[in-house]
Amino acid sequence: MNSFSVLIGGIAGDGINEAGVLIGHILSHLGYRIFMYYDYPSLIRGGHNFSIVRASNRSIAAHTDFVDLIIAFNQETVDKHKNRLSAESYIVYDSDKVKIDGLSTKSCDLPVSQIIKKEGALPIMRNTCFIGGFCKLAGISWPFLEDVLKKHIPKQIDLNLRIALKGYESAMNFFNIDKLNQPSLPILTGNQAIGLGLIKAGLKAYVAYPMTPSSGLLEFLARNASKFGLKVVHPENEIAVMLMAHGFSHVGLKAAVGTSGGGFCLMTEGLSLAGMAELPVVIMLGQRTGPSTGAPTYTGQGDLHFALNAGQGEFPRFIVSPGDAEEAYFWSGIALNMAWKYQIPAFILSDKSVCESTYSFCIEEAGDLKEEDPILWDGRGKYGRYKFMDSGISPIAFPPTKGQAIKANSYAHDEYGITTEDPKLISALSDKRILKEKSLSKELENYETVKVYGSAKTALLTWGSNKGVCIEAAEKLGLEVIQLLVLAPFPTNRLTEALQDLDKVVAVECNSTGQVARLAACNGIQIDDKILKYDGRPISLEDLEIRLRGVQV
Amino acid sequence: MNPNELGTYAKNTWCPGCGNFSIFNAVRAVLAELNYDGTPIDNVVLVSGIGCHAKIVDYLNVNSFYSIHGRTLPVAMGIKLGNPDLNVICFSGDGDCLAEGLDHLIFAAKRNIDLTLILHNNRVYGLTTGQYTPTSPKGFKGKSTPLGTEEFPINPLELMIASGATFIARGYSHGIDLLKRLFREAILHKGFSFVDVLQVCVSYFNMYEVYNKRVYEVKSSDLGNFEEALKLIRSWNYNDSESPIPLGKFYEIEAPQFDRLFPGYEPHSVDTDAMIKDVLDNLI
Repeated sequence: MNSFSVLIGGIAGDGINEAGVLIGHILSHLGYRIFMYYDYPSLIRGGHNFSIVRASNRSIAAHTDFVDLIIAFNQETVDKHKNRLSAESYIVYDSDKVKIDGLSTKSCDLPVSQIIKKEGALPIMRNTCFIGGFCKLAGISWPFLEDVLKKHIPKQIDLNLRIALKGYESAMNFFNIDKLNQPSLPILTGNQAIGLGLIKAGLKAYVAYPMTPSSGLLEFLARNASKFGLKVVHPENEIAVMLMAHGFSHVGLKAAVGTSGGGFCLMTEGLSLAGMAELPVVIMLGQRTGPSTGAPTYTGQGDLHFALNAGQGEFPRFIVSPGDAEEAYFWSGIALNMAWKYQIPAFILSDKSVCESTYSFCIEEAGDLKEEDPILWDGRGKYGRYKFMDSGISPIAFPPTKGQAIKANSYAHDEYGITTEDPKLISALSDKRILKEKSLSKELENYETVKVYGSAKTALLTWGSNKGVCIEAAEKLGLEVIQLLVLAPFPTNRLTEALQDLDKVVAVECNSTGQVARLAACNGIQIDDKILKYDGRPISLEDLEIRLRGVQV
Repeated sequence: MNPNELGTYAKNTWCPGCGNFSIFNAVRAVLAELNYDGTPIDNVVLVSGIGCHAKIVDYLNVNSFYSIHGRTLPVAMGIKLGNPDLNVICFSGDGDCLAEGLDHLIFAAKRNIDLTLILHNNRVYGLTTGQYTPTSPKGFKGKSTPLGTEEFPINPLELMIASGATFIARGYSHGIDLLKRLFREAILHKGFSFVDVLQVCVSYFNMYEVYNKRVYEVKSSDLGNFEEALKLIRSWNYNDSESPIPLGKFYEIEAPQFDRLFPGYEPHSVDTDAMIKDVLDNLI
């Protein structure tokens, strides 16, 4: 078996996400590479939640519409998802709550609610019972499951094991998932990978106001603050978030902020301040379905041009858009390094799919990431925070520095940070910012800002979370994939090179206007066709294949 | 240190007679004094917003962050949390921290973070040439309210005592000795210090005559008494034209400071790679 997928469905409060992650751990321990899509509405209790855990013998970052197994906590799961079942699929369900009349799928009724009641356990432990049942169905041995549960269930392990065993014993065996001969990898969310990349590159402070899908990053860093010596602050609003990060940066602490569209709206005045006062800051912008509140727990790629253009005035910015956990780790660290090297704002332009999906993560494959030092002042003469240099980058120093006044300024300013309205200085300052962007573009020539997968006459142009689905669909249909990892400064030369000898390029995006195609056009590169999805859901493998046939690739 | 050494080459652009000069002279003198008394000038960071008040950071040769309108305090809080040994002094206008940035002011007081905020309270927007502010009296005729405002002013001191500020005082731009005393004490106070300065704008709201007639200095003997302080604070509501206006220190208590309570962790190890590996091992 090369690939296997299971859907777990229930209501918010059933622990659907946790159950999915646990199944992910089990399959990961068997050597599989995991991708889990988690779908939930914006509420705390009730509503329909589901996870699709997909396991494969190779790295994946996409979900499928059809699944091999459904785990149904409630009737709604069967009613909503039965069309995902094929003749070879299976279903396991809580026989106390669910009826599957008329379904021809091979099924296993599990008296989950009864078991919980008998054992005097909490309703949330139904998911442990189902996991026991799942392992029996899939031919996974009890001792193997026991080990995984002991490692990953933090509370009441004895009771949980008892319940899992009851589930195990009550189920039948339908098929066997083979153990693969490859090492087990950690599984984590994109948010966690972003956090680790930032830490690796020297993050010292993280400031954020909770907002889906960025909250997971705030929670991860807050939980690990003491371990890594981080200052993690949750202030009154996103305006304070951005400005507080600038305060940290002014005294030399590498800081990042995280948010989504609405919160980022509030940050834009502070973003522009970072441009003028040359304050390094990293912004993790997790896109979701907009405009406004939109569909807050669903995905989207509608904020590319917002990130490119946010903030009054003209100033350089660095924008990366990772497409899986390894890229999230590597490029988040690069974002922090570049922010400090060039004293500019740097974006990790992510989305709900990357932030909250769970991936297998191989740090060795993520690339060699190092913390890089900013260009520091040599301590000679009188310090000027904004000294004009050939690279545009003024060496940086932080208060307290003996005998020096270090002055940051939101106004147009002279080399020492004193306000000016002098026309020559105003234009020189503007030139300085453009110079920094040129220096950054030059440095980026050393990075793989555009990745190419496969070789064909027709290519899919992708950015961010669609990477995984594009690669899989392209392999099936014999297409090439071109992935843009850096969106600003735009890698025009690299993309032009990648597009040579191609007959057709199709942009694949989760927005309604084709934002990356528009960006390419702004840089003189015409994209032939677009496949756009904008219903808040990531593109599934089957859906992309159908649409690709529709545009006659 | 001679206070003059703290000047810069920036051309001063305040109007002649502006109340900001008194604040500038008082702060400069206090910073020079404190430099001898254990608060080295290199450890001082000044933060300002936008408005006439904010120009003060250009005129002082001290570490500074010239922020944007209303955003004095969040920058200052980041600086203080980033390095709690720094002495952070904020300058803000009444439009700046009572209108555009009111949320940050309440939270700074709520947190009792060790900062000093000097409010240049001229009760009018000066730099935008004469509109009403949150402390303008009802009926104020400004460029945006030609018929007079229909709202009562905020009493910023009442707001501050309710929000948790632990040092509350009021000075007046005619009276530099009192300003010096208050600034010095506010800077030395551990916790959030709020000094309201009735700073007269000669161009758009010249209150010298009114203030001169009505201000008086109080010497409270019971600075930790909330009720007494509140009574004093409420004895003038920034609106009525009859009550005497008390100046001086109204309230001072000791309370835990956010910047000291806030966990300043040393990493568990200098080996970041090993710690990352540890996190990842737990996720297998």
